[in-house]
Amino acid sequence: MLNPAILVLLMVSIIISTMLLVAATFAFRILRHWDIQSGSELQLRLERRTYLVSTLLIWAFLFEFLSLLLFIYNAESLSGQFVGAMCATGVLNLNPWGWPTLFLKIAMFFVSAIWLVLNYLDNRGYDYPLIRFKYALLLLALPLVVAETIVQWLHFTEMEPNLITSCCGTLFSADAQGISAEVSGITPAKSIVTLAISAILVIAAGVWVALRGRSGWLLSIMGAAAFVIALLAIISSISLYIYEHPHHHCPFCILKQGHGYVGYFLYIPLFLATALSLSAGFVSPWRKIVSLSQTVAEMLPVISWLALFFFIQFYLTAAWSVWVSRLTMMEVWW
Amino acid sequence: MITILRKQRYFIDYTLGTMMRHKGKSLGLLSVYTMIIFMLASVMLFSHAMRSEAVALLADSPEIIVQRIQAGRSVMVPAEYLQRIGKLRGVTEKRGRLWGYYYDPAVKANYTVMVSEQDNLSINDIVIGAGIARTRGLSVGDYLTLRSHEGKAFSFRVVRLLESESELISSDLLLISSVGYRRLFGIDESYYTDLVLSVRNPREIQKIAEKLTRLLPDSRPILRAEILRTYESLFSWRQGVMLILLLGSVLAFVIFAWDKASGLSAEERKEIGILKAVGWETGEVMRMKFWEGVIISLMAFLIGYLAAYLHVFYTSAGLFEPVLKGWSVLYPSFQLTPSVDGLQLATLFFFTVLPYTLATIVPVWRASITDPDLVMR
Amino acid sequence: MLIELTDVRKAFNQGKPNEFWAIQGITTQFEVNRISCLKGASGSGKTTLMSMIGCLSRPTSGRIRLQDRTISSLPERFLTQVRRHTFGFIFQRFNLIPGLSVVENIMLPAYPLGLKASSLRNRADRLLEQFLLADKSDNPVEWLSGGEAQRVAICRALINDPQILIADEPTANLDSRLSREFMALLDELSKSGKTVLISSHDPVVFDSPVVDRVVELEDGVMVAGET
Ligand SMILES: Nc1ncnc2c1ncn2[C@@H]1O[C@H](COP(=O)(O)OP(=O)(O)OP(=O)(O)O)[C@@H](O)[C@H]1O
Ligand SMILES: [Mg+2]
Repeated sequence: MLNPAILVLLMVSIIISTMLLVAATFAFRILRHWDIQSGSELQLRLERRTYLVSTLLIWAFLFEFLSLLLFIYNAESLSGQFVGAMCATGVLNLNPWGWPTLFLKIAMFFVSAIWLVLNYLDNRGYDYPLIRFKYALLLLALPLVVAETIVQWLHFTEMEPNLITSCCGTLFSADAQGISAEVSGITPAKSIVTLAISAILVIAAGVWVALRGRSGWLLSIMGAAAFVIALLAIISSISLYIYEHPHHHCPFCILKQGHGYVGYFLYIPLFLATALSLSAGFVSPWRKIVSLSQTVAEMLPVISWLALFFFIQFYLTAAWSVWVSRLTMMEVWW
Repeated sequence: MITILRKQRYFIDYTLGTMMRHKGKSLGLLSVYTMIIFMLASVMLFSHAMRSEAVALLADSPEIIVQRIQAGRSVMVPAEYLQRIGKLRGVTEKRGRLWGYYYDPAVKANYTVMVSEQDNLSINDIVIGAGIARTRGLSVGDYLTLRSHEGKAFSFRVVRLLESESELISSDLLLISSVGYRRLFGIDESYYTDLVLSVRNPREIQKIAEKLTRLLPDSRPILRAEILRTYESLFSWRQGVMLILLLGSVLAFVIFAWDKASGLSAEERKEIGILKAVGWETGEVMRMKFWEGVIISLMAFLIGYLAAYLHVFYTSAGLFEPVLKGWSVLYPSFQLTPSVDGLQLATLFFFTVLPYTLATIVPVWRASITDPDLVMR
Repeated sequence: MLIELTDVRKAFNQGKPNEFWAIQGITTQFEVNRISCLKGASGSGKTTLMSMIGCLSRPTSGRIRLQDRTISSLPERFLTQVRRHTFGFIFQRFNLIPGLSVVENIMLPAYPLGLKASSLRNRADRLLEQFLLADKSDNPVEWLSGGEAQRVAICRALINDPQILIADEPTANLDSRLSREFMALLDELSKSGKTVLISSHDPVVFDSPVVDRVVELEDGVMVAGET
């Protein structure tokens, strides 16, 4: 498959891996030689190099995020070229590498967000107290990126034009087998009620963390739970309302133009909100470090309010799409 | 927050000033950058427009075309096949089509000859595409003489010229009546070139195609969806090949940008040293340089893309004409329908802005870590 | 404001064969509201020492305290933050950026602070007024005479209202009349509450009555001027 968007995705992932490799070799040097007390020339050089490396990483992570969007958008648009594919699901189903690529990209998105927040925080402590932690975390992110590059490569190179694939109709159907079927089988009543409860919990946690300026982990846990529940709710019920069809459970078709691209308005706030709440848990533990305590106290409420803002945006969009839907699921609800 | 925004505004102001002071350098970079984007965007817009054109054309073509295969080659279909198909559930309309090619030695080109039902043409009437009209210098009322299968000359009176709305396809088209067609090519009443079936419900198409192969074992049904799929992959593949070819120029550009960004004059280096000495931080110098990149990229992207848009849609990709002319003598002077696609824009962005950004990170960093006490010596 | 140095050392090309210790253990203090002068032969380490005090560079070892804050172990990012609020610099070669106007040059150090444009402009205009440059404010700096350029450099050093002024050989490009005028300006600034640190080997400077204290350096060590 020699499609421009695929070329771009392959190119970007290879570039990002290379950037992270460069950063990782630097991370080793940091872990070994960093000594903030010293004024030695080695230390000065290391300090100067952190500017380069963190700039590289900011770009790498930004491009990683854009490539997640491009990946999904591209899968959508490729669906026209394969028998049986109606949306991204069909394209991801083409070979065993499609879904792992998506999941790795999502994982990388969260890891990058957390890293960027930590980097921002660390750069505000006059003795860079998190520098070792930060670069150790980077070493953990490296395998993810490399794995993503490899899996994505396999996914795109093993795309045979004459493959016949199965799409959302079969994968996300209550009669099929596997997790996707079980998720699709959740009754709308149950999923909407769970969604509402998770919404209340995450908002409560967010307000609490924002006001008290501590215990960010609470928001992280609630945020992660709310993320999972939100995805389940999209598959099991929200999508039904958007398609106005009682049996079409697809998390991707909502990205289509035919549905006003409403999927992007659901997913982008949801992902941002989750990333922010996850990073809240990584920010608050450093409250006790002298050089960071003030920054943490300033940052944590901002992060929490932002997370809440995006969560609420997500919930409102979801509620709105259920509200305007002409689908009435009498027999399912009552 | 406001402070941060104001700060960025100062940086932008400053970097704009710097760019104005080093006009030659900025303009050089900008024009090369714009050229690259113009080239890539032209290729992408052009092939995308061609694809949209083709897809739009297919939109009102029938769902199923039935050809007859004999000894592995497609041959004329007997008219009685229409009866043999009989009534198939889901088929709303079925009919035979007549079309073919005519080689005109005078202009050394192939015309596409089709029978038109709608035009109510009499045996001597003909409707011609704009390309033919141009090359043969014909207008309405003139006569076009074609040689029949027996070598006799046939004169047709031009009754109408085809609108050049989608000239890509209609440029070399001749429309004549079915009687005229049969006389010209010597095909009798009992044959058609192929059969077409209209099907309303797309879910039934596959089923109907299976039934057809059973009813008419020597036939080959071609589905519109299949053609569309082939077109899609063909066009995106073509685009990919062209982009790979252009990748060389992107690479050259990257090297150029790297060189421009790292080749700081002593004067520029001193300037950065002064900034740092008077209180700018390394990160802030990098931010200032980052804005320079953003401004250059944005301008190059806008100008390059706009120029490509005009080039493809208003001058009919004039620069590509010499390359594409090889395709056929009757090069269509078509007006492509403007269409812009989000995925394409994103791809173009990744192909140009990402390499540029990467190429400048290291040189910018190098410049930014200039020792602040340099200026004291 | 008190600057306290404890056994400050600075090496160049550390670990290489051409390793060179420009400052070799200096311990002293500089008091608030005084004009202190570093004097010494060329190469004795005056600039190096001043750049460490002014947060332009970090000592290889030893400690520098600014009031009650240790600045010698701060990374560059934070050194810069301290520097731009605390220090104003006047350089030997003025170091104005050609192509920019006088007022733009003066406002340069304030850009990273993100002040409101109008209040920044007001502040610059007031300084220009004070140093008799109001009518030159929109001229490019290339047009200025040496004395004017020096005054512009002083305005630039003062734009962020620093407590300490550092001047490295400020009179090297001035004749003796302008040098004396410059010393008078410093005296005024000192009276208005600034602490001033000058390096020079010009007798007009270190013999000037306005200088409160002279510290003499030789090969990176202090040879005279203990308080
Ligand atoms: N980056 C460097 N690398 C190596 N040696 C350096 C470096 N910077 C300064 N030096 C050396 O350190 C010594 C002290 O330099 P410094 O500029 O502090 O002297 P100075 O007293 O200011 O002299 P002058 O009066 O001529 O300005 C000099 O011998 C110089 O060669
Ligand atoms: Mg000196």
